[in-house]
Amino acid sequence: MQIYLPIAEVSVNAFVLLGLGGFVGVLSGMFGVGGGFLMTPLLFMIGIPPAVAVATEANQIVASSFSGVLAHLRRKTVDLRMGFVLLIGGLVGAGIGVQVFAILRELGQVDLLVRLCYVLFLGVIGALMFIESLNAIRKARAKGPAQKIERRQRGWIHALPLKVKFRTSGLYISVIPPLLVGFFVGILAAIMGVGGGFIMVPAMIYLLGMPTKVVVGTSLFQIIFVTGFATLLHATTNYTVDMVLAVLLLVGGVVGAQIGTRIGTRLKAEQLRILLAAMVLLVCGKLAADLLLEPAELFSVGDAGGHS
Amino acid sequence: MIRLAILLLALALPARAEEVVAALSQDRVSISTSFDGQEILIFGAIKRDAPAPDGAALGVIIAVSGPGAPVTVRRKDRRFGIWVNVESVDVNRAPSFYAVASNGPLSDRLTETEDQRHRISIPRAIRAVGAATMSAQSSDFLEALIRVREAAGIYKVAEDAVHLRDDTLFSAEIALPSDLTEGDYQTRIFLTRDGAVVDSFSTSIFVRKVGLERLIYNLAHDQPLIYGLLSLAIAIAAGWGASAIFRLARN
Repeated sequence: MQIYLPIAEVSVNAFVLLGLGGFVGVLSGMFGVGGGFLMTPLLFMIGIPPAVAVATEANQIVASSFSGVLAHLRRKTVDLRMGFVLLIGGLVGAGIGVQVFAILRELGQVDLLVRLCYVLFLGVIGALMFIESLNAIRKARAKGPAQKIERRQRGWIHALPLKVKFRTSGLYISVIPPLLVGFFVGILAAIMGVGGGFIMVPAMIYLLGMPTKVVVGTSLFQIIFVTGFATLLHATTNYTVDMVLAVLLLVGGVVGAQIGTRIGTRLKAEQLRILLAAMVLLVCGKLAADLLLEPAELFSVGDAGGHS
Repeated sequence: MIRLAILLLALALPARAEEVVAALSQDRVSISTSFDGQEILIFGAIKRDAPAPDGAALGVIIAVSGPGAPVTVRRKDRRFGIWVNVESVDVNRAPSFYAVASNGPLSDRLTETEDQRHRISIPRAIRAVGAATMSAQSSDFLEALIRVREAAGIYKVAEDAVHLRDDTLFSAEIALPSDLTEGDYQTRIFLTRDGAVVDSFSTSIFVRKVGLERLIYNLAHDQPLIYGLLSLAIAIAAGWGASAIFRLARN
């Protein structure tokens, strides 16, 4: 069934969009990532103009994250206090990130920088997570299933002032590390045009030492606000949010997110992490190949002034 | 000398006395939600005051051009081992859609000079705008623009799409693609004899969004804040709805 999208001005198959939304929604619910880093390239592939894809994607992530958060709230696996702290850092970071993006755009080559950013972050985060979770699985096998994952206690983090109890996460740490994590992820998210879940999730696990179970819901919680803000910004400045496209994607997305959340709770933390790592590495590999291999067509056509 | 000129003119006149009369199956295209491209039938006849001249090859060329917009063409090259955009050329205006149909190879039906004058072939139609600023190097970029857009099916050359019967009646079908932009699509029909344009006819196809498409597009541009908030509201409602349905299904 073909549907003409009013803002994107292309005609696409509705079932393809529903399927895409569902697929990314499952991942979103499972891993607590918004899925923007997967969905945006997929939308390019089916012919949606890049500007519309990025903006509409933000709108769709709001829906799937909200659906996922509700499922996590019922399981009490959302650390609201931690979420708010991360969000404050994140919004400040995003504000600065938009400015940095504008400066880079003036200098040109912002596309290349975004791509390199992707390859670098996805590669490093994916590789580290993959190795760590592989070791964790191996250890669990060697010592039997009843092994408790030891939590890294970093000396300097505990020496910081302004300590707050994050009951859901079982942490008593200073608010400064989460604020900083939120801040840096916010900057990166604004520059790279994504919710930042795939950076936020590992950062919460490895830097803040939050339990994997709580991380997913908390990440989704703060993604809602970051992407909601981005949607409004895109709608008012670029007029690139396509409501029809968003609805098709999010119908698939919200259903997928519910299913993903259920799959996620059945998996062990290490398994969840290793799957996320594998996915991150896969996307990284694809992006790296695009940069390294000679493209079939050296020329590209884009809107004047915009980046393609 | 003058007599000779008049005589030649008189001899040439019958060839000029051919006119093209044409019509479209529809001059309005409505883009609704289910819009999936549209075939437009262009048909017509050649009106003559005198018998058709012998020998000179008759050509009918139809060119449909969508609304223009500025585009940037970029070229990638390897720098430090990775492929990056190194050069770009801005084209002031390139049509969003362009189709040329004729009743035979375009090179036989149209001379270079006539093409240049009437800007019929694809390269001419694009080059027409920024011709003065085009250097030899940027012609690579223009070729690339045409190549990319031909591959995408939005620039088309169909050299046998015009059916001509008894050198009098002609018809052609032009397929407008499903990802059509709004605007006026200029449709030009040229009648040629031995490659020289004898007569031409011009009309427009009006492509407009209708219904829901129109409503959403207008809202997005006239009330962007309300549109943005509405989009968010839909997202939140859908997220909540799915969650509620799944909870009900489980209980």
